Amino acid sequence: MSTLWLVVLVVGAATVALKATGPVLLGGRAIPEAVAGVVELLAPVLLTALVVTQTVGGDNELVLDARLAGVGAGALAIAARAPLPAVVVVAAAATALARLVL
Amino acid sequence: MASYAPSSSLRYRDAARAAVAVAATVWFFGASFGLVARAAGMGVLAPLVMSATTFAGSAQFAVASILGGSGAALAAIAAAVLLNARYAPISISVAQLFHGPRLRRLAESQLIVDESWALAGRSGRFDRRVLLGAGLLLYVAWVSGTAVGVLAGNALGDPKDLGLDGAFPALFLALLVPQLRTRRAVVAALVSAAIALLLIPITPAGTPIVAASAACLLGLRSGR
Repeated sequence: MSTLWLVVLVVGAATVALKATGPVLLGGRAIPEAVAGVVELLAPVLLTALVVTQTVGGDNELVLDARLAGVGAGALAIAARAPLPAVVVVAAAATALARLVL
Repeated sequence: MASYAPSSSLRYRDAARAAVAVAATVWFFGASFGLVARAAGMGVLAPLVMSATTFAGSAQFAVASILGGSGAALAAIAAAVLLNARYAPISISVAQLFHGPRLRRLAESQLIVDESWALAGRSGRFDRRVLLGAGLLLYVAWVSGTAVGVLAGNALGDPKDLGLDGAFPALFLALLVPQLRTRRAVVAALVSAAIALLLIPITPAGTPIVAASAACLLGLRSGR
């Protein structure tokens, strides 16, 4: 097998397994009370990590670039209670604009 | 299908509108993956198979860039698996939405992707219909975008020129806000942000998110 197909198949299989972790191992049964509080915090914690890494994440460094302007503009739109599609459009436009200017 | 209260159907219409906007963004990224993968020498079929099976943007871009550079298989696999390791905690957070035979849960779980997951948790509680509906729409967008990208990518331009790389974190921020209803959630989010910021400069991509997810252990403390 070529290197390319080896990578494609191994990464595909690993990702299928990772995405199935919760639903296959824990799906369809009640969460034990002791860990319910932990699972409940997974959403805010993971979303925060996604926001941080996608806003300032770089190749082994923190990068402050046009994305920060986009997220800032998006935050203003969120504060103004703009609907989700509007937040996405505002953030993209601000990022593109900042990239032109910077 | 059972009848739903007007507020519920309104909520789903709202979710559908949001999912379409996100799918359009995802489509462009799929196209740019196709373009980058083709340029990296992955051909036409491999990028398509990858989009259909891996269905996770950052890991796929990492593979294309590593194979296009040094071509080291092990490095590409390690980077992609690390980037997708977050799907273990992500899938655990929505495990309760999956029922029925194991094979069906396995198949449905493949529709979990950052954006479908985040959209499904929008109201503060995860919604199965939104997760699977948005997931299916995003899957079609991602794979069809990839197809256009490998075949005609040059005509589309760079999604960065459209600022789309700034749209995703803003989307996640918008979906984070309704999750911050309790003091404990706010504290956990701040700890998560601190861990991610600390680790970005010193660990390989993917690690900061997985490490930051440990902040959920604050939920072990008693009381709210």
